[in-house]
Amino acid sequence: MKQQKKPKETEARPVTPRRGFLNMLWWALGALAIAELIGLVVAFIRPGKKASQKEGYGGLVTCGPTSDFQVNTVTAFQRGHFYLARLKSGGFMALSRKCTHLGCTVIWDEKKSHFECPCHASAFNLAGDVISKPAPRALDYHRIIIENNIVKVDTGKRIKRQRFSDDQVTAV
Amino acid sequence: MEIKKPPSKTNLLISRIGLSITRNSEQAAKAGKKRKFLPGTLVFHFRPRRVPHAAARFTQTWGLGGIALVLVLLLFSTGLMLKLAYKPFPDMAYDSILTIQRDVHFGLWVRNIHHWSANFLAIVLFLHMQRVFFTGGFRHPRQFNWVVGLVLFLLVLASNFTGYLLPWDQLAYWAITISTGMLDYVPLFGGWLQTVIRGGPEIGPSSLLLFFAVHTAFLPMGIFLVMMFHFWRVRKAGGVVVPMMPATEEAQGASTPVFPDLLLKELVTALAAVAFVLIFSAMFNAPLEMKANPGLSPNPAKAPWFFIGMQEMLLHVHPFFAVLVIPLLMLGGLLALPYLNDASPAGGVWFYSAKGRRMGITSAVAAVIFSAAGILGDAFLFDLTNALPALPSVIVSGVLPIAVFSGVVAIFMIFLQRRYAADSNEMIQSIYIFVMTGYVVLTITCLWLRGVNMALAWPWG
Repeated sequence: MKQQKKPKETEARPVTPRRGFLNMLWWALGALAIAELIGLVVAFIRPGKKASQKEGYGGLVTCGPTSDFQVNTVTAFQRGHFYLARLKSGGFMALSRKCTHLGCTVIWDEKKSHFECPCHASAFNLAGDVISKPAPRALDYHRIIIENNIVKVDTGKRIKRQRFSDDQVTAV
Repeated sequence: MEIKKPPSKTNLLISRIGLSITRNSEQAAKAGKKRKFLPGTLVFHFRPRRVPHAAARFTQTWGLGGIALVLVLLLFSTGLMLKLAYKPFPDMAYDSILTIQRDVHFGLWVRNIHHWSANFLAIVLFLHMQRVFFTGGFRHPRQFNWVVGLVLFLLVLASNFTGYLLPWDQLAYWAITISTGMLDYVPLFGGWLQTVIRGGPEIGPSSLLLFFAVHTAFLPMGIFLVMMFHFWRVRKAGGVVVPMMPATEEAQGASTPVFPDLLLKELVTALAAVAFVLIFSAMFNAPLEMKANPGLSPNPAKAPWFFIGMQEMLLHVHPFFAVLVIPLLMLGGLLALPYLNDASPAGGVWFYSAKGRRMGITSAVAAVIFSAAGILGDAFLFDLTNALPALPSVIVSGVLPIAVFSGVVAIFMIFLQRRYAADSNEMIQSIYIFVMTGYVVLTITCLWLRGVNMALAWPWG
């Protein structure tokens, strides 16, 4: 039995390394082709940059002179999808209107003086901090640029945060 | 004496065309060996000539697979009609729906048929899945077809989901906003996936176009192909699952001719299903709210009903578990099911055994009680977040409640196993029933028992 087995192994041996390597190469090429195809499809369906360069939401929104905004008030900017809040300190914050829970649009309630999400009753204070759940974190905010006392908001990027801190406020 | 006229040229041509359609040769026709038209057609690639008596019994399958096919065909045909008038752009979509409903002849009815068929399809497929599970149709040799069926179910859910956005009314806009919003909670790739699905940071023109393309081309094509494969595998497995050991000797050899017995039953079921959908659609209109307004969220905003169980879970446990861990575990469990059970001879018997049936009922009742207790307890009794403010929320609202709940369920399952001296198949069935019933309870709660601010409320209150 042993003698019968041995020649078989030696017969197979000289073929194996090269053929095995070439087979492996074929598989690798096939995998590469599939990876390329997937990459192509993903790149194709991924949203392009154009969306973030347009006017209004996604671009720079001019809000007006700082004197237009009273302390402790909130002004809605429909076009930019944000609320401009002026805090007690006199500093500005541009808060995204998207609730951090599931993305509904929050409403500023003048009487209670807080933001309220109509979908699932989350509430946020003037600075965007969570007052009541289920929202897991404070409202996102946008970068503010104040030039010559004119407030401008860069809506191209929403900045995420866990809770409010003073360094997020833009002072006049 | 009358002389028989030779057939005219036209008649010969007609008969030759006829023969070519029925795939009969002229020689065979002359020799009187004509193929029967019906048995020779496509139908009999999906059906054998005779089937076991049990397979033709209506209560063996409740005709659910066939009804699903009928609904898919209704959806394809009405979808093609709607596509002629629908415009997938945010400023036109809603108005085009109004046009379809007001100005197109039978437009309202066609849209209703499309809407209701889609909803019925999700329900019928769910029931079909239960039928296959409880009659053991997922066991050898049908294991892989269970997986194929699950893929089909997911494709149909994806179709329902993408179709949900197309009317571009408040209901559509906010349901899709919050369902895709759930992806925010998926770590690492969730945000990226959300942007890809929405075609941007928010639901907008790109999302609508993407959803439209996926809904009207990619998914129907996928569903059609996978469906054909599914049917082919049913045929290859020897038809639907039937009891391996019939109760009587007499029944053992009994078989029924497919034509006309089974086909007639199928035709009646199909026609009844069509009639039901058409009448239902004539009586009840598909919902259409105000045009979508991204600045005005409704209260409450709910996900589409087939995903609403996840939204309910999101109210109780940490998002990481509610939208990622638990759904993945459920999906993984469903995919693994046919490979967990041993190949048992009890296929085709409802609920595996009499013991399995009793255990299943106990399990279902327990699931209703446990999940209702969990929901009510979370709403009125415990507030772990305030009780243990020092711990991170993943532990307080995630690991801890899930561990407690799973512990209680595990104790119940051990009790069940001891009480009935059950084997592994009966235990797996009980756990399956428990999970399914629990999910149905979550769905019903969020769909009908949650009102303003998602607080618990009676649907009529």
